[in-house]
Amino acid sequence: MSRAMLFDGSLCVGCRQCEAACSERWGLKYDEAIAAEEKLSERKLTAVVTAGESYLRRLCMHCSYPGCASVCPVKALEKTPLGPVTYDESRCIGCRYCMVACPYQVPVYEWSRRLPRVRKCDMCYERQKEGRPSACAEICPAGATICGERDELIAEARRRLAESPEQYHAHIYGVEELGGTSVLFIAPRPIEYLGGNPGLPEEPLPELTWRVLSLIPNIVTVVAVSMGGVWWITHRREEVAEAERREREGK
Amino acid sequence: MGGALRWPRVTVWRVVFAALMGATLYATIVRFGGGLGKATNLSDRFPWGIWVGFDVMCGVGLAAGGFTIAAMVHIFNVEKYKPILRPTILTAFLGYLLVIFGLMFDLGRPYRIWHPLVMWNPHSVMFEVAWCVMLYTSVLAMEFAPTVFEKLGWQGALRWTRAISVPVVIAGVILSTLHQSSLGSLYLIFPYKLYPLWYTPLLPFFFYVSAICVGFAMTIFESWHSSRAFGRRLEAPLLMSVGRVLAVLLLVYLTMRFLDLNYRGALPLLALPRTETYLFALEIGLMAVPMVMLFRKRVRQSTGALYACAVMVIFGFVANRLNVSVTGMEAGSGVHYVPKWMEVAVTLGLIAVGFALFRVAAQFLPVFPEEKPAAPGAGGDPLAAAGR
Repeated sequence: MSRAMLFDGSLCVGCRQCEAACSERWGLKYDEAIAAEEKLSERKLTAVVTAGESYLRRLCMHCSYPGCASVCPVKALEKTPLGPVTYDESRCIGCRYCMVACPYQVPVYEWSRRLPRVRKCDMCYERQKEGRPSACAEICPAGATICGERDELIAEARRRLAESPEQYHAHIYGVEELGGTSVLFIAPRPIEYLGGNPGLPEEPLPELTWRVLSLIPNIVTVVAVSMGGVWWITHRREEVAEAERREREGK
Repeated sequence: MGGALRWPRVTVWRVVFAALMGATLYATIVRFGGGLGKATNLSDRFPWGIWVGFDVMCGVGLAAGGFTIAAMVHIFNVEKYKPILRPTILTAFLGYLLVIFGLMFDLGRPYRIWHPLVMWNPHSVMFEVAWCVMLYTSVLAMEFAPTVFEKLGWQGALRWTRAISVPVVIAGVILSTLHQSSLGSLYLIFPYKLYPLWYTPLLPFFFYVSAICVGFAMTIFESWHSSRAFGRRLEAPLLMSVGRVLAVLLLVYLTMRFLDLNYRGALPLLALPRTETYLFALEIGLMAVPMVMLFRKRVRQSTGALYACAVMVIFGFVANRLNVSVTGMEAGSGVHYVPKWMEVAVTLGLIAVGFALFRVAAQFLPVFPEEKPAAPGAGGDPLAAAGR
């Protein structure tokens, strides 16, 4: 089935151990200065952010229909059947369309490197393949981030909302949004800040461009036939004029 | 780019050119030595700046004259456009080469620019644009080749290029239709990000029509400059007719833009005192004023006024592309982006190189038809004439 993560904002205590574990897994430096930055950057690929009196996490949402993977001209980004959206740096040309297209503004770039890469959470793909939780979920002392099958996590989230409705805003973020995501959120307050783009459509974003791209065969045919037709007519007109001229001269 | 632009003769322009090349060289060293972060003001929240917004978006559009004039001459058989065909093809060819060259600056890994050839993602608009730009640049090379062959006196090669010219031109029209519109489709995937004055499902259509408009405007623009630089007669009656086509196209374009705004209920946005509103007004004004002017015969008859109209349309087009790619994206991205001087230097440097290459090519290759006392359009085939 498909692996997913559930973050529960009512349980998170803001200890940032998930950040440290994530940085260790990616081989990134992690210190107090970096911990204080509440945003994603090439220095950290997940961030705990303060949302009122509770905390939320920023990380790749692993959309079911990811815009980033759809726009990538070389398929460096891919939605794996397992769930995680992975990045293959050996294919990447550095056009950064994925960064522009991500509705959550998750992919970041190594701006200071001569041969930069896009960086983003891959849900610890190698662990997920073995059925193990991601580094952040494994270390979380409060159980705020857990890994599992997507269906089971949705059921778990529903159970928590039903059991203690006073603790939660009654919505599971990621079930419907953009056609669904593999990272699910429940929290005491409505979740709207993720990446700073409120009002995301429910439909998968890649549909918007595919609608146009799928017209290409028609455009090619119509333009080719009409241009060929026009050429034939104008050319034929010339031939006829030439033939008539010869006929006249012949008489 | 004022009326005093006589750069081939005046040394001031050569000084400017040299200074610009120096700045570009410095920026190039910083860009490739220190990475994109050193040379640009791009950020994770604003990953595309003027190297995409101008160098690619405008560069490809400004070269659109290549397919429209080629179709006019070879497909629609409008013989009178023949004298401006070669300079237009040259502009387009140089334009595309510069777009590809400019991409080397913007791509994080420029040496992998060939990857889309073997690593396919048909769902990506960028993938389609990459293929079309590559193929169309080849088409332009084939369309420009006769000019070179003629100079070299390669009769066999000339005959060969003439034999395949019609299918090549048709391929050019198809490829241009696809990628000129697809540059607009690139922006379809972020409806939540692009400001609603510009975001519309019709973006590809508007990009296509405005590219055709600016293609004609560029034809007028470069004819005017070439006539001044090389002391040639301007193909006045011809450019008058181009001006007229341009006026009609602009009318269609602007009408569609406003119908679309109205249909999407975005018209009230024009009452908001925001930067987007003003820049939108600028963009529309730069298209609407020349449209009204070009509908008057007196304007089309005056080469100066015609030139002024062309310049306005070009600037209107540039304003539109920058609005879509920069202005309209700022609010949705939550950052304010101002290009670093090195970004501007590279962009201006590319334009200057374009001008210089055009001039060199026009000087040494038979780009412009031989001066003839006969009226233009009297059927003089430069290819046949040179063949004798």
